[in-house]
Amino acid sequence: MDEHRAPVSAHAWRALTYGVPLAFLALFFAYPLASILERGLGSGENIRSPLDVLTDPLTREVAWFTLWQAVASTLLTIAVALPASYVLGRYAFRGRNVVAAAVTVPFVLPTVVVALAFLAVLPEGLERGWAAILIAHVFFNVAVVVRVVGAFWAGLDPRVSEAAATLGASPARSFREVTLPLLAPVLASAASIVFLFSFTSFGIVLILGGPRYSTLETEIYNQAVRMFDLRTAAVLALVQLVCVALAVWAATHLEQRLALGGQRRAERHVLRPLRTRGEKAFAAASLGSLAIFLGVPLAVLVESSLAVGDGYSLEAYRALGRPTDALLATPWEAVLNSVVYAAGAAVIALVVGGLAAFAVAGSRGGGARLLDGSLMLPLGASAVMVGFGFVIAFDTKPIDFRSSPWIVPVVQALVAIPFVVRIVAPTLRAIDERQREAAAVLGASPGRVRREIDLPVAGRALGVAAGFAFAISLGEFGATVFLARPDSPTLPVAIFRFLGRPGELNTGQAYALAVILMAVVGVSVFAVERVRALRTGWV
Amino acid sequence: MLRIEGVTVEFDGKIALDGVTLDVADGEVVTVLGPSGSGKSTLLRVVAGLQRPDRGRVLLDGKDITSVLPHRRGIGLVFQDHALFDHRDVQGNVAFGLRMRGDSRSQMEQRASELLEVVGLTGYERRSVATLSGGEQQRVALARALAPAPRVLLLDEPLGSLDRRLRDRLLEDLEELFERIALTALYVTHDQAEAFALGNRVAIMRAGRIVQVGTPDELWARPADEDTARFLGLGNVRDGTMIRPEGVAVTHAADGSNGDGVVESVARRGPTMHVNVRLDTGETLEAAVSGLDYPSAGDRVQVAIDERGIVPLD
Repeated sequence: MDEHRAPVSAHAWRALTYGVPLAFLALFFAYPLASILERGLGSGENIRSPLDVLTDPLTREVAWFTLWQAVASTLLTIAVALPASYVLGRYAFRGRNVVAAAVTVPFVLPTVVVALAFLAVLPEGLERGWAAILIAHVFFNVAVVVRVVGAFWAGLDPRVSEAAATLGASPARSFREVTLPLLAPVLASAASIVFLFSFTSFGIVLILGGPRYSTLETEIYNQAVRMFDLRTAAVLALVQLVCVALAVWAATHLEQRLALGGQRRAERHVLRPLRTRGEKAFAAASLGSLAIFLGVPLAVLVESSLAVGDGYSLEAYRALGRPTDALLATPWEAVLNSVVYAAGAAVIALVVGGLAAFAVAGSRGGGARLLDGSLMLPLGASAVMVGFGFVIAFDTKPIDFRSSPWIVPVVQALVAIPFVVRIVAPTLRAIDERQREAAAVLGASPGRVRREIDLPVAGRALGVAAGFAFAISLGEFGATVFLARPDSPTLPVAIFRFLGRPGELNTGQAYALAVILMAVVGVSVFAVERVRALRTGWV
Repeated sequence: MLRIEGVTVEFDGKIALDGVTLDVADGEVVTVLGPSGSGKSTLLRVVAGLQRPDRGRVLLDGKDITSVLPHRRGIGLVFQDHALFDHRDVQGNVAFGLRMRGDSRSQMEQRASELLEVVGLTGYERRSVATLSGGEQQRVALARALAPAPRVLLLDEPLGSLDRRLRDRLLEDLEELFERIALTALYVTHDQAEAFALGNRVAIMRAGRIVQVGTPDELWARPADEDTARFLGLGNVRDGTMIRPEGVAVTHAADGSNGDGVVESVARRGPTMHVNVRLDTGETLEAAVSGLDYPSAGDRVQVAIDERGIVPLD
């Protein structure tokens, strides 16, 4: 049906929505990756053959641990997140927006900080090992599931469950047979994100895994940075890339199969106040236990930033304005750098990811699915690999990009783009086609329809995506650590540098910067929530 | 003015429209009456340009517009379930088409207020459409479609989702409005009362074909075939003949007479009573009785048939 509509502008639009993301991906992902592989797999003397690496029992052990901890983390995260998702998706109550914003904070915290918080919080003997990794992964990822599933749930017409009830289905039965199938696509989508994050988790595994537990990601880092064994790092990177590509393919395939054309309703028609004592108790228990689980490690983090000797003081914060031998800039400058870089990254991610979202949402064809999957790849390929790839690829001709101030925002955007696509595309898909038709009949050209219908309706999602992109970029560590110039570090990089130095003041400053980072992230996420609330029902 | 010519639409090999030809004259309201799934909505989508026909043409004022894009057709469409823009207030919805054609702000505001007055929603400009009742949403949808003064207005079951009382009221309003603004319209519905009340002419549609077009009187007097007669609710169809219920007079059997049959059921349809009589010959006959006297179930009755009420069918 679309084919006969303004073929020229339709083709131009398609070229734009596919072309820009693909070009970005080719230059800033495929090219650095190829550079790593060339450096790692090319022929050379006195280095192991790729096959030797593959058949090494250590490789198998690392791959197996990577897989099972990712699966376990995903299942645990979903189980922990479901009750809170339900409460946020079904009930309106005072402070709902604050809860939704607060629950997002852990997700955007740098992994290093999360890892350290759990190192401090967990009882001795448990603080290193697989259990600590799983708990930290749940802490880190529970927000994605609560946010994504809660938002989707809040748009599910409760009348379908009510219809099931009138047909004799018990609440549990109705959940299993009506709600769960309707939630399935978004559960699959959230699970795929959690899986990928756990699969490629770096900071948490590096610190909480101790010497015994290593994933592909940390092993790539170990081999490349600590052992200078590019060969092994490249082969492990290849293994990881294949695994991730398979997982992404399976996830998109599953999502497509599960996608239902369920009736979406505006939140205000869906959410209702908490009425019975049982409902209130359930909401309080599920949100309360989540608050304790998410809050305690963060409280410990704040406490640690204030702890000096046996007492408390603001000494660590005061020291932030002074030059330090850990950095070539004062720590406060790192705060400013972080904000500027993250804002740039958010703009890039919004433009590239927004265009890609239109392409992905505009078609169910293979091309759209391929683009969607390709954009997920930078997540899977891991920040460490991307950052390392940038160093190799853009250090020399033909593209000497290394010293450009844009390199940090670009690499951060690369990591944020998949989130923008994942947030915006479903909203675009959910727009009733008749709204576009109504606009067309009233005289809106296809381009105008996108501007008048798609953009405003997706505006909220774009705002949320921008906030997420900004917050993710603020906390990005694995890639930025390779690329930030020594005289202009970002917050996570500065934290990392402080952690690597002995002495109570250095550790204290690391914690203080972590608290500041948490505050900036918290404020930006909270602002996004306010925008969402303001724009409800009126543009 | 609007001419639909031999339009055929297939969906995956299934025929939705099968060589449909229909004319709508300037200032005429043609209603398309048919059961759901008969292809009515598809017909409107073809005229609006939202669905490209596999065969056939659409002409507006003699010009072939079959391949003109929807936004350049100047044809209005009122959607089933309204399809209002939730992200815009009432005025934003009504003025949308005006904005698309580049009207100035003051022009838009004036025209929107005008239209809101026409549909009886004066002062609703700043209301969010989500806070409106079903009937009010319907009126906004109508005002939105009318605002750019389309050459032809298409309406797709506009009253379909409303309750009976509201429907009857809006139906009267529409009748009055269509007359007042001399609208040229194609109106699709599955409701016979709506179709007959609003249409200067009614097109009966079945399985993707238009089986009969005529004024309500013509259709009622002479349905094209048995199926049409049944669809119109004319019950007494047998052997290629229809006996119109209002042509059947039913009276209580006179004293000493045994009558012709017994009343099986009596049902009220507004002011008329529908009386089902089982004749002693075994046949049943439906009569529409409009007087104040009518029999009850079980009564023995005499039946008289007016010759003019017997209609031969094809």
